[in-house]
Amino acid sequence: MPDLAQFLFLLFSIFTVLCAVGVVVNKNAVNAAFCLLLCLVGVAGLFVQLDAYLLAFILLLVYAGAVVALFLFIIMLLDVQGRQSFGFSGLTTFAGLMSFALLLTGLGTIAVRGHLDAPRLNRLAADGAHMKLYAYHLFTTYLLPVQIIGFLLLIAMLGVIVLSKKHDGLEDLK
Amino acid sequence: MMTASLNEYVIISALLFCIGFFGVLLRRNTLVVYMSLELMLVASTLALVAFSRFNNTMDGNIFVFFILTVAAAEVAVGLAIIVALFRKRHTVQIDKLDSLKN
Repeated sequence: MPDLAQFLFLLFSIFTVLCAVGVVVNKNAVNAAFCLLLCLVGVAGLFVQLDAYLLAFILLLVYAGAVVALFLFIIMLLDVQGRQSFGFSGLTTFAGLMSFALLLTGLGTIAVRGHLDAPRLNRLAADGAHMKLYAYHLFTTYLLPVQIIGFLLLIAMLGVIVLSKKHDGLEDLK
Repeated sequence: MMTASLNEYVIISALLFCIGFFGVLLRRNTLVVYMSLELMLVASTLALVAFSRFNNTMDGNIFVFFILTVAAAEVAVGLAIIVALFRKRHTVQIDKLDSLKN
């Protein structure tokens, strides 16, 4: 009889993969965005199984809360779902499937035969579960990357403001 | 207690990455292509967290922390670019955005 951890892993992984397939094959962009939301919930469940509680929470907060909401907002703003053509050419589908199979074979070979020997989880301390360790690493080893990320966020914010402005003055430059 | 091994997490991550890659190649709507790209990013973070957990280090978790931050910024900029593109060309279908081709 499989135990609860194994069952939860199976449940979350099947759920995640099915929702990921839903993102790709859904005709409606709004449905695809909701599939992405469910897929992220499944990935957050897998993070919880890996004892990374803070990362699971941040994933739900940032991705499911902000990113998917932004996607839905843009989809509704552009209002493209009625007029899009879904007709795939046979060649594109074939090439996509072939590259999917090749990439999956390569990565799957690494995963299965790559000698990824690891000890059993219950003998290891769950480092990712401790908030204190995140803070310790972020403020000692990774202090410079934290500051760079701060600047990156500032630059991205400025870039978005510039991109979404209407450049009426630039029309005469053409 | 038996839990899932590292191989199973890496297989799930590889599968998610490949599905995202397939979506990038297959779909014509720019927004859905962008969602598939996000899916690939999330798959890589899952592999990082799994490796970090099974090797008893914190570095993978910290990397995922940074990746999530960068992804938020990236989505904002990318969607702003898509909106600017739509304002200019009135379409987000990839096969109609081919003015560099001719």
